[in-house]
Amino acid sequence: MIKEFHAARWSEPLIMEMGGPGRRGFVPPEPIADPGRDLVPDGLRRSIAPDLPEVSEPEVLRHYLHLSQQVMGMVGISLFGTCTMKYNPRVSQQLARQDFLAQIHPHQDDATVQGLLEIVHRFDLMLREMSGMDRFIFQPGGGAAAAHTHAMVTRSYFAARGELGTRREIVTSAQAHPCNPATAAAAGFEVITVPLGDDGLPSLDALRSVVSERTAALMINNPDDMGLYNPQIKQWVDAVHEVGGLCFYDHANFNGVMGRIRARELGFDACMFMLHKTFGVAKGGGGPAVGAYGCSAELEPHLPGPLVDLDDGVYRRRENPGGVGRVREYLGNLTEVVKAYAWLVAMGSDGVREAADISVLANNYMETRLMAIPGVSKSYPGMTKHRMEMTRYSLGDYTAETGLTAADVQNRMTDFGVDAFWMSHEPWIIPEPFTPEAGEAWSVEELDYWIDVLAHVLDEGRRDPELVRTAPHHQVVAKIDGSSLDDPNRWATTWAAYRRKNNLGSDGA
Amino acid sequence: MTTSSSAQGSRPGARVAGGARIGIVLNPIAGMGGRMALHGTDGAALAAARAAGAVPVAAERMRHALDELAVLEPELAVLVAGAPMGADLVPPGWHATVVHQPRQPTTANDTRQTAREFVAAGVDLVLFGGGDGTARDIAEVLAGRVPMLGVPCGVKMHSGVFATGPRSAAHVTARFLSSPGRRRPVDVLDTTSDGVGRMATALVPDLGEGVQHGKSSASSGSDVAALGRWLAGRMQPGRQYILGPGTSVAHVSAALGVPSSLLGVDVVRDGTLIAADVSEAALLALLADGGPSTLILGVVGGQGFLLGRGNQQLSPAVLRRIGPDNIEIIASADKVAALDPPVLQVDVDDVELAKDLCGFRKVWTGPRRSLVMRVVA
Repeated sequence: MIKEFHAARWSEPLIMEMGGPGRRGFVPPEPIADPGRDLVPDGLRRSIAPDLPEVSEPEVLRHYLHLSQQVMGMVGISLFGTCTMKYNPRVSQQLARQDFLAQIHPHQDDATVQGLLEIVHRFDLMLREMSGMDRFIFQPGGGAAAAHTHAMVTRSYFAARGELGTRREIVTSAQAHPCNPATAAAAGFEVITVPLGDDGLPSLDALRSVVSERTAALMINNPDDMGLYNPQIKQWVDAVHEVGGLCFYDHANFNGVMGRIRARELGFDACMFMLHKTFGVAKGGGGPAVGAYGCSAELEPHLPGPLVDLDDGVYRRRENPGGVGRVREYLGNLTEVVKAYAWLVAMGSDGVREAADISVLANNYMETRLMAIPGVSKSYPGMTKHRMEMTRYSLGDYTAETGLTAADVQNRMTDFGVDAFWMSHEPWIIPEPFTPEAGEAWSVEELDYWIDVLAHVLDEGRRDPELVRTAPHHQVVAKIDGSSLDDPNRWATTWAAYRRKNNLGSDGA
Repeated sequence: MTTSSSAQGSRPGARVAGGARIGIVLNPIAGMGGRMALHGTDGAALAAARAAGAVPVAAERMRHALDELAVLEPELAVLVAGAPMGADLVPPGWHATVVHQPRQPTTANDTRQTAREFVAAGVDLVLFGGGDGTARDIAEVLAGRVPMLGVPCGVKMHSGVFATGPRSAAHVTARFLSSPGRRRPVDVLDTTSDGVGRMATALVPDLGEGVQHGKSSASSGSDVAALGRWLAGRMQPGRQYILGPGTSVAHVSAALGVPSSLLGVDVVRDGTLIAADVSEAALLALLADGGPSTLILGVVGGQGFLLGRGNQQLSPAVLRRIGPDNIEIIASADKVAALDPPVLQVDVDDVELAKDLCGFRKVWTGPRRSLVMRVVA
């Protein structure tokens, strides 16, 4: 049954448009003693007061309450594919909020943070067990940051061997996450993208045609974002190792293979886990993230420091002198490491395997139901092997039939308490794509509801296309005019830029 | 003032008074032979299509596009060709000025005359309905001075001037009216006696591929421009570089500051143009004297042709002299992503050479970025 839903909708002005001259939220008392002018040198003093909003305290509270009621996601059923929208246990959130963790300062002496360092070390050991790698770090602040770490470690490794001048190329596939080519390019490498073959898998022959003594590394996801597990992954790794390159396993899509495969056993030299996706930590604008980066003993000397070691029963942080320095501050977002540790301890190795199996089962359950809906097809239908934890579908037939696009359908679905679905990363090789990921945490009733809403919207579109084309109708806002997003003469990320580009005069500063 | 009204900035009234103006023209017989597998409605094919009972389909598709645009732009002043080439499709609420009245039956001359009137009147965009032939007729008149956008109504639509459908044509037009400065060059293709070739260059609105690709951050066109600069910077002193036809390779010429013949083959060395629009014979002479050379080739959009379409001066003899390993291929990522099937084609009259050119090759899509593609003959 389709449930009723309507989001809050306020015609809320910007904070800069509110209030009036002289209005204040809080008026502090005059200083007891004159602080004097010499605290701030004359050269640093503003000649004109900054253009700050002048509003009362209740106005501020109401304003931000209204805005908080107008979030357009993360409140409904969210099967946002490739992102593994997993339940974040409250107990972990409560734990990480306690003073004994939240109040720790990174410059405290090791002797005063032994418990926290023990968690970091034990979690490192647990991820080694899951991957076969020899050392993990938690400094990268997300999956792309971990990919960047790998690109930097690759540079350092070949620089130390005197080969950086010739090893200029990093190979990736057309279905690898875009952060792989992007971070390789940012680190100064040439990026070679291997296309997909007719079966939807990246072509091993194409890979073999481009690897050479110039190859520095392979950076690749598996399974990819279409849910296809590459059965030739070992041959891929071997082809790159034969020419002396390194292999990095972007484990962004780890959920369906947790506890079932180990990156090192497939031959990879390094891998990455996203704690904010796979390991039960909040994600999606919901807070800090961690891309846990693990590597072989051969690459360990190139890791950023500090590293945490256990010596004679004492946990210590130490620098890694031959490494790449820092990719971020300190040991990383340790509150998230603690949450992930709590999640993994609670799950245990059996629980993790079971979660992986449920996520694959749930996806295949969804696939069976979704493929029975007229207008829905899946990517590479000739590929008969089961997809892993997600499947990329297409509404191309439905678009040809009705003129309604996947974006139209997505917009209308949000009218029923379902968060907007994920479509596809670049490049868009599947027409009108959408990619739900069931995961292990959503109930079968919730998955059924999501599928029912999709079927309902597709049916609505056949009867009343305008209703779907003009959706959403029950959301905070209807359609957003996105044209200014690509236009440097119109886009504005600050109030001052907005006023300038719309000829509203200067901002007064 | 509320957030929503200020963010949208929709001012339909302003477009009538002083905003961008569009010219609208339809080839009413475009697409008639499509369902009968007749490849176009030029000349004899039209008679065959009529004889076989083909019905006009173009007007309905054009009407769909204009009605959709009228939802986005309820008040618009347009210039238009007389019925049945556009005036009969103008939505109520728009102000239309007829610039050319065709006689029945309409011909390509009516399309060209209308385009000339549009140029004279200074329109900012020509929105047309038709196929590759219509696109070519208009592009030759506009000569790259005025942007154009096609509502796909024809049989052959290989050119990069077409929107993906009537509805996306309306959306791209509406966005262009807000940002008329955003435009990029593309190739216009049509069938000639020896296959599909590059016939003209046109400007199109550079606003992405439609709503669904709005999230693409960097425009593919600027990547190719940057690629042109990067390739120019990598050129070795004393080495001869042969630049193939097309807008992608023209970015290399632009980066070197030398003119490009665009439809022809140019030769540069040490940043200097040493021969423009050369013939096969001239190329062979330059290759005999000039030492090792590199050929920089673009890809014909839609079809994926590397050789044998619009660049026959790059003959088997020329290609053998250059050597298959000395060919660099460049294309925008969008262009290669749109190829279906995703392969590059060569059509050279030399079986052994074709074999050497086939297999997996790198295609540069940006500075230091390449895609591996299969080349087939």
